[in-house]
Amino acid sequence: MNAALLVISFFLVLCIWLGLQARKGKNMSLEQWAIGGRGFGSFLLFFLIAGEMFTTYTFLGASGGAYRSGMPPALYAFNCFYFVIAYWLLPPIWRYAKKNNVISQSDFYDKKYNSPALGVLVAVISVISIIPYLIMQLKGLGIIVSEASYGSISPNVAIVVSVIAITIYVTASGMHGVAWTAVIKDIMILAVVVFMGIYFPLHYYGGLQPMFEAIDTAKQGLLIFPEQGMSISWFISATIMTALAFYMFPHMLAGVFSAKSPKSLRWNAGIMPIYQVIIIFSLFIGFSAILQVPNLQGAEADLALFKMAKMSFDPWFVGVIGASGAMAALIPSSLVLTATATILSKNVYKVWKPNTSDDQLRRLSRMLVPVISIVTLYFTFNGGESIFTLYLMAYSFMAQLFPALFFSLWKKNPVTVQGAFAGMIVGILIVIYSTTSGTTLATLFPSLPQVIQDLDVGLAVLFINIAVTLGVSAVTRKTSIGMEEDNKQASGMEKLVK
Amino acid sequence: MIYVISVIPALGSLVVINRIEPYVLGMPFVLFWAILWVCLTSVFLMIANKLDPATKEEED
Repeated sequence: MNAALLVISFFLVLCIWLGLQARKGKNMSLEQWAIGGRGFGSFLLFFLIAGEMFTTYTFLGASGGAYRSGMPPALYAFNCFYFVIAYWLLPPIWRYAKKNNVISQSDFYDKKYNSPALGVLVAVISVISIIPYLIMQLKGLGIIVSEASYGSISPNVAIVVSVIAITIYVTASGMHGVAWTAVIKDIMILAVVVFMGIYFPLHYYGGLQPMFEAIDTAKQGLLIFPEQGMSISWFISATIMTALAFYMFPHMLAGVFSAKSPKSLRWNAGIMPIYQVIIIFSLFIGFSAILQVPNLQGAEADLALFKMAKMSFDPWFVGVIGASGAMAALIPSSLVLTATATILSKNVYKVWKPNTSDDQLRRLSRMLVPVISIVTLYFTFNGGESIFTLYLMAYSFMAQLFPALFFSLWKKNPVTVQGAFAGMIVGILIVIYSTTSGTTLATLFPSLPQVIQDLDVGLAVLFINIAVTLGVSAVTRKTSIGMEEDNKQASGMEKLVK
Repeated sequence: MIYVISVIPALGSLVVINRIEPYVLGMPFVLFWAILWVCLTSVFLMIANKLDPATKEEED
């Protein structure tokens, strides 16, 4: 056993221990398990939501992207829209959730539109998008651990061991376990990435500016946006799209629900951008690799960070890097597991069998965690290209949930259940079609100016979605007014019965 | 008013200054510009949060 392996094992055990500790003194109701009993103050909430910005992407993707394509994908890592949207959108969502006892993302749609069927649709869309996300995180984890152990652990073994670890503490502690491991993870990533991001440019080039000047001379055009392809209009539209989709993911909303107050959410939105700046160190690592370890092709580029690290440091430190990289994959995965289990039990199973008691629901959610883990493992090892396609689609899928949620926050919601259904389904179908057939605005309208051709397809789909949602709503509104009153009466009756 | 303050950074970050020179803090200008706006987002949102009447209400 080498030093790197020892370090990685140590942190894995620490992770499980912390995760299990977190449940002490907590009566694990479904609300406690799924969203920490809505009791997370600014501190834990910060690590929970901000932690989502530092996943395997920070490690492999951001540095790999900078290595492969230079500045455009690098800048893409900074997204101010996330926070402005968070600032305005999350507090009203939280308030509604608290008032109406909403504990999952599908719940929100179910209650807002008074339609369990819509809840099921949202649940299905999210699970289809989120499992590939989980799989990609796990694949990243396999690569990281196998690299950091100098090949002595195969990626598959690493994946299986890690999945067993998170299944244990997620089943036991749910959101509480996730929050505490998230704190450790962020501190480690911070230390490791900042250190390497400063060390590499200094050590190999004598500073940042000399490094960028060297890259600019060697590879012209790598440091600015090109005229087409990853152009400025691609950048802007893709930025807006991801920001809209970001908080629609079920695990993100679960994080939001676990907040103690809207105040901590707004504080979070304010402080997170500063935190995001740290990704720049990951970019520096990628840039520094361009001239030091040239000619990494394709997927190899994602290993730029590890190639640099092994070239420069002792095995024990490579182990520390590996451990923090592994945690970068583990924490979002455990958050996803918690949220998926909650959705499947509360928004699919309970709709199917309405008589399920809260206690049964709580047990079912926790039993689902190992089941989802096994399914995910199966697809991680047996899924091919299709998983990757699904992963690419995930963001565009989630963005399709945005209009129905956004309009439902208005004082007078202009969208009807039918409108919400129609918008989501049409949006999803177009996304599937355009992704599988490779249709972009450029292939569709080759005569349009380049600025429009490079726009993110998802943004165009979103506009179609909004148009359909509002259109169908306008048509169905007249007939549904009577229905809404029925619903009001029905809920009034329920109260009387209780 | 709070609304305007909070939207400024979103708009600002979209104005991409696509050039390498001059280097600021060792970074190409386009990178420096992006980082600058990320930091400003924090500043603007913190100001908005301070001015937001909702924040005061919740403190009670």
